[in-house]
Amino acid sequence: MGSSKFVHAIYNDDDVLLSAVKMVKDEKFHIEEIYTPFPVHGLDKAMGLEPTRIAIASFIYGCIGFTVSILMMNYIMIEDWPMDIGGKPSFSYIENMPSFVPIMFELTVFFAAHLMVITFYLRSRMWPFKNAENPDKRTTDDHFLMEIDPSSKLKDLEKILKESGAVEIKIIEKESH
Amino acid sequence: MYTISNRLKIFSITLIVLGALGWGYSYVNSHKSLEEVKEILADESSHGGSHESVDHEVESVSNNHGDLSHDANEDKHAEHVMHQIHNRPYAALYVAAFFFMMISLGVLAFYAIQYASQAGWSPVLYRVMEAITYYLLPGALIVLAIAVIGDKHIFIWMDPEVVAHDELIQGKSSWLNKPWFIIRALIFIGGWCLYRYFSRKFSLAQDNNSGNKYFKLNFRISAVFLVFFIYTESMMSWDWIMSVDPHWFSTLFGWYLFASMIVSGITVIALITIYLKSKGLLDFVNDSHLHDLAKFMFGFSVFWTYLWFSQFMLIWYANIPEEVTYYVTRIEHYTIPFFGMIVMNFIFPFLVLINSDYKRLPWFIVMAGVVILIGHYVDIFVMIMPATVVDRWFFGLPEISALALFSGLFMLIVFYSLSKAPLLAKGNPYIKESENFHY
Repeated sequence: MGSSKFVHAIYNDDDVLLSAVKMVKDEKFHIEEIYTPFPVHGLDKAMGLEPTRIAIASFIYGCIGFTVSILMMNYIMIEDWPMDIGGKPSFSYIENMPSFVPIMFELTVFFAAHLMVITFYLRSRMWPFKNAENPDKRTTDDHFLMEIDPSSKLKDLEKILKESGAVEIKIIEKESH
Repeated sequence: MYTISNRLKIFSITLIVLGALGWGYSYVNSHKSLEEVKEILADESSHGGSHESVDHEVESVSNNHGDLSHDANEDKHAEHVMHQIHNRPYAALYVAAFFFMMISLGVLAFYAIQYASQAGWSPVLYRVMEAITYYLLPGALIVLAIAVIGDKHIFIWMDPEVVAHDELIQGKSSWLNKPWFIIRALIFIGGWCLYRYFSRKFSLAQDNNSGNKYFKLNFRISAVFLVFFIYTESMMSWDWIMSVDPHWFSTLFGWYLFASMIVSGITVIALITIYLKSKGLLDFVNDSHLHDLAKFMFGFSVFWTYLWFSQFMLIWYANIPEEVTYYVTRIEHYTIPFFGMIVMNFIFPFLVLINSDYKRLPWFIVMAGVVILIGHYVDIFVMIMPATVVDRWFFGLPEISALALFSGLFMLIVFYSLSKAPLLAKGNPYIKESENFHY
């Protein structure tokens, strides 16, 4: 395939960025990626990204944590070393269940939260020793960068970007993959 | 402007009349003499259907140190059951009256929180909330009236004969005595309704005020009210609910009742909002407002469960006889409502409202809301009934008619109040933010 051209437009305000995204989308250009120093409210909708599925994953992780807690407490407190809980030596899981509820709750939350964060990192292609993907260091401070595929209408795109309030426009060559 | 439709008026008046008739019938019907009660008991034991009466006999034998004849025991038991049968209409009326009062009070607290936190999302809903709190004054006075008239039929500590033989109640009699109970209740109701009166007045005055004078006044009185509320709400819960079992106490009971109150209140805000929106009267309320209300319904349902379980687990774990009897009675005689309410108040709303998209669908909110309201009615039912009628409970004519009576009254008063003011609090400084609120 060789290399292809991309346009990097840099903004210094999130509201300007949002309206620019709408303008670029209206002109049927394809936005590759946007790098921002903080989450911009409504940006995903403006870019037309699919809704996140992390909530479903989180629910599943919660269910796993819930199950693990039940099996774990059953093994620890009932089977392996039967405990007399609260002076009620019934040695039955269901009769001692109220005392396990806090653990069920904690492990459900623990699994849902931790696995969700890990999933989010992996899905965002972030793992240890990975090189940063953002093309401009300023996007970690106070600038917003929009990467657009100009297809064959580079001149038009540059004009739109200037109108939209971009403070800097760069054209870069990138190995396509 | 909303005008109360004739259909709604007739519907609520019919509910009130039918409820009053049904309750009156069951009240008259409950005046069973000792002989009639004995007949009922004989009938029950011949059918072999009642294990409960056997339990009771065993209980009364041990209570009487075994030195009374079998006949005397039977008499005693029959008298016991007669009292329970007499108590039932009072208790049924009290549960329904308290439930609707509690909705109104919960909304008032929620409304005050909105003002005190200067919330930007909710001002479009203020008129709905104000209308619901209009029921507070009549509702709370009715609850007090039933408590005073019902007397020993609901509150056993109001019976001087019982107190004379009960050292524990005697020890609490400086707090649990009728005059002080009434004075306290009047202080609570007076404080709440004073806040509600001025807050509504300032809210209406702010509509035509160019500055923010009345909004600021409202902000201040709301903050003061919330302090007053959290103390008086706690005391009210001891007085009006917890004291039906005067031996038993729980230190987080006030919070527990507050959770019930606020989740039912928010549910009713959501239901009335959806109703008015379906009539095309609340165009400025969008999906995001409903979404936020549903989030609160979800969140406070979980909060309720947290408090319910905290109270239950500590008592269950410690297993101290005078504490644990409260749950023993409920689990033994009220198995279905007791565990059913956990399903209705926690599991169902949790699973139904957990999805973000579903919280925006009116019919989903209505479905979850109806179940939540039934669940919290059952919650109050399970608080009051075991102390008044023990195992002689049933969800029958007295309960249904009391519910009809107060739901009719509640609707009539709330929708009357809705028709008294424009539905948009247009002078509120946050109204623009609220109208443009989106998620």
